[in-house]
Amino acid sequence: MINCGVIMNSFCKQRRNLPFWMPITGIRAIFTKSLDLACAQEKRKNWESVVGLEVHAQIKTSSKLFSGSANKFASPANSLVSLFDCAIPGTLPVLNKKAVEAALLTALALNCNVNLVSEFDRKHYFYADMPAGYQITQQRLPLASDGYLDFAVFSSAVHKAAYKKQSKIKQLQLEQDSGKSLHEESCSGSLIDLNRAGVGLMELVFEPDLKDGEEAVACVSELIRILEALETCDCKMEEGSLRVDANISVNKPGETFGTRTEVKNLNSLRALARSIDYEIVRQIEVLEKGGKITNETRGYDPQQKITLSMRDKEEKQDYRYMPEPNLLPLSLLQLKLDPSDFRVRIPVLPEQERTMLMEKYQLSLETAIQLVNGRNIDYFLNVMDALPNLPVKKVCSLLLTDLLGLLHKDEKTIQECQINPRQFAKIVELVKNKKISHSASQNLLLLLYRGDLRHPEQVVEEEGWTMINDPKQLEVICKQIISENPKSVAAFRAGKAKIFKSLAAQLKKECNDKYDMGDATQTLKRLLEEKNL
Amino acid sequence: MLHQLKNGSCTVQELYAQCANRVQVIKSLNAYIRVTDEVSQVQLQESTTRYLKGTTRLMEGIPIAIKDNFCTKNITTTCASKMLENFVPTYNATVVERLLDSGAILMGKTNLDEFGMGSGTTESIFGPTKNIWGSNLISKANDIDNKVSGSQSDDFFIAGGSSGGSAVAVAAGSCSVALGSDTGGSVRNPASYCGVVGFKPSYGSISRYGLIPLVNSMDVPGILARTIGDCRSVFEVIKGCDPKDSTTLQRTLNKSKTKRSSSKFDKLCVGIPKEFYCPGLSSEVIDAWKDVADLLENSGFRVIQVSLPHTSYSIACYSVLNPCEVASNMARYDGLRYGYRATGKDLNSTESLYAANRSHALNQIVRGRILAGNYFLLKENYDKYFVQALKLRRLIYDDYVKMWSTGVDILLTPVTLSDAPLFSEFTEKDSRAQSADQDYCTQPANMAGIPALSLPVRLSKRNLPLSLQLMAPHFDDETLLDVAHLLEKELNFPHPTVKVA
Repeated sequence: MINCGVIMNSFCKQRRNLPFWMPITGIRAIFTKSLDLACAQEKRKNWESVVGLEVHAQIKTSSKLFSGSANKFASPANSLVSLFDCAIPGTLPVLNKKAVEAALLTALALNCNVNLVSEFDRKHYFYADMPAGYQITQQRLPLASDGYLDFAVFSSAVHKAAYKKQSKIKQLQLEQDSGKSLHEESCSGSLIDLNRAGVGLMELVFEPDLKDGEEAVACVSELIRILEALETCDCKMEEGSLRVDANISVNKPGETFGTRTEVKNLNSLRALARSIDYEIVRQIEVLEKGGKITNETRGYDPQQKITLSMRDKEEKQDYRYMPEPNLLPLSLLQLKLDPSDFRVRIPVLPEQERTMLMEKYQLSLETAIQLVNGRNIDYFLNVMDALPNLPVKKVCSLLLTDLLGLLHKDEKTIQECQINPRQFAKIVELVKNKKISHSASQNLLLLLYRGDLRHPEQVVEEEGWTMINDPKQLEVICKQIISENPKSVAAFRAGKAKIFKSLAAQLKKECNDKYDMGDATQTLKRLLEEKNL
Repeated sequence: MLHQLKNGSCTVQELYAQCANRVQVIKSLNAYIRVTDEVSQVQLQESTTRYLKGTTRLMEGIPIAIKDNFCTKNITTTCASKMLENFVPTYNATVVERLLDSGAILMGKTNLDEFGMGSGTTESIFGPTKNIWGSNLISKANDIDNKVSGSQSDDFFIAGGSSGGSAVAVAAGSCSVALGSDTGGSVRNPASYCGVVGFKPSYGSISRYGLIPLVNSMDVPGILARTIGDCRSVFEVIKGCDPKDSTTLQRTLNKSKTKRSSSKFDKLCVGIPKEFYCPGLSSEVIDAWKDVADLLENSGFRVIQVSLPHTSYSIACYSVLNPCEVASNMARYDGLRYGYRATGKDLNSTESLYAANRSHALNQIVRGRILAGNYFLLKENYDKYFVQALKLRRLIYDDYVKMWSTGVDILLTPVTLSDAPLFSEFTEKDSRAQSADQDYCTQPANMAGIPALSLPVRLSKRNLPLSLQLMAPHFDDETLLDVAHLLEKELNFPHPTVKVA
């Protein structure tokens, strides 16, 4: 294996001396202008769009799929290359059982039918980072098929109600990753790093049942949550351990699917969303101008935020699939892998968590999504365990709006929060029992968040934040506001309702967080209207 | 040989010196691509020490030769191709490793048809290997007149192939045993022409790790030896499960079935498959076949005629399956990581570099098969050719299963249609026609994965070896060797004596 590294290094040196043209440099820019997406929203109304995803997830195993070399990101180039990985003649693949176990667990978590016997195929194509001239994959008889993924679509940025969605999974197959080509301008050639060559991948082929970038992002995000829960993939899109290809087409309502294009190797959720939405609008524009969509592979340029044609349309690949003769059919039973043993190992998955939250705590889908998708659910459940009778809505608003707001500013996650769930529960309890006002609870939260070690009740007492639950005193304050602002009061009484806001602001200031602001504004309103009579 | 070494009637140095001498004497036959004397000297030293100390291993001091498509650590492994002319593996094939670990001495790497594609050892970048029979290297003391007659003086009898180098190396006594590889008959065919034992064990009984593949689903490392005893010793050392080759048999062979005492032969049934009585079969081979069948019957075997109806389709089936796997296996020879690399100003794209490397460094037969295989594997052709060929292979396999189930234990057939042809005769035909003739009797065993062995029987009128083939059920290699051993004793084939330098 050490010797192989030497071979690879000398090969790289050789490469530097040669002028080299690689397909990737041949990207032909067809659309150079970024489309006006806002204007395009209007056009999209007359069209339906269809999106199908293919996800390549690197299997989190210590070694590669068919060789013993290590599977590690960012190691020195060609330092993790066994004889098999660089296709030295005479070497043979030996299946990594751990990779099969991970893929099996994933397949079951994604509700797939597991094939007790599956087979490996060779998929042939010439590429400098594909050393054997073929990739070992499972085209004809994959490890698993016919699954589905339930997820929820909700984007807080877009003012739409959340909804549930399902994407069907055609198949889950095991296959080898390729190496990486580096196209260095400085050395007038291409360099090949085979560290990634032969790393195990799970390829998940989804049916075309999504409609836009947002759904695609929701689907992939949910998949990431599942794979992370299963610990079968580390899902670092920026490192390429999870990559997405999207197939996109548009059609008029009632018509069959249009010709699709494929956008390859999307390595962030943002690129996924943007490339799909760009591609939908581009296709609509082409069709509305009387043009035709070509079945082609396109790449996404994150700088220009556009997709680009990657290959000439004439170049249709025939992969000349052939059964892999050096591997026996993958028999789970022969490997002593019983799917039922794996089924019980599946942890509680996000969809179940959301359902549980909605059923047990009567939360809305949106709130359930926020709790589960941001991994805030454990904190929430710990709070509810600490003091079971807390008002759920209050817990959620203080948690999701106030506490997460603070964490977000510091770019921290809830797991890094200094306030433990028991303290947090105590704060909510103080509000619930009318011991402190809502605004005082925010102050309290901030203090504790910044590391105040005192007990919440002690803070309230020492800071003088105890809420005054006396309507008489409140009336006194309100009357004072009214007498101090004769002009505003007159304007309000003359029908200028908007002026109330400025009066309420003064009131809030006067109350100094010691009164329930709901009660206070109601009192002010009542007094204003009373005098009006 | 091993017996003589162990009982002291011959020393390691004597044996080695004799073999090394013959390596030199037969240089003109071109059996060896590379003679590895630096390596063998070191091994000889160790063997000598071990004989002194009494710490000998199973194959201690036995000189061997290895076909040049088995990877040998730090020793070039060329496949007789320009593509791998300077390829130095960093590892040993499992079979090589097992032989060296058990004390064998490596005399050299032997010639073959490029990547094993051929049946004459005539398609090597190092030139053809010549048969020792009919050459002027055999001493007259053998009382054999075997000069090439009636043809040009530079003509010669072919060695057969593709393991021709190994067969000649053994026949000449330049090594005790040699490794070959057998995909369609590449061990048995040259063994037949060179008058040595050529054994293709059951598929799955021997690791292919480090054997540069031709057709993965049929390739089996094979053994060429002068005697069944030597052949069996090597088989014992190299056989068995290898974690590096997933297609090797995990369990050990059923001992009760494989252990047989000679007294039990009379209960065995020998099948004579009528389909092997084929057009082009020489009368001399037919006579030998009949005589050996009679010999077996007289020795107590039950001899019956059997039928393997799909035999004649084997070559057609092979002519599809072979190119498909070849096309796939050869895809790695792009010249980037190892192997021949073209230079030139016009090589300004990956594609043009690939094209130049592959067209310069692979011969026409190899390129022809790559083209054919890629054609058969095209989406629109896959079902028409590849799938049909697989179905045919299953029918051939089933023929054997059915036949064995009727109680047949061993098959006796021809191995080649005649004695060795002259180079001039052989090269009149193209590669496909050669394969159709040469592989007819040997190919079905590869389709079925069963063990098969070529055993020299007698000399032809031209004083060239005539051989016959034995086949046995899958993983019943021991029965095959037992029967071959019995025949060997009865037939007493005359091995040639090579002139001393």
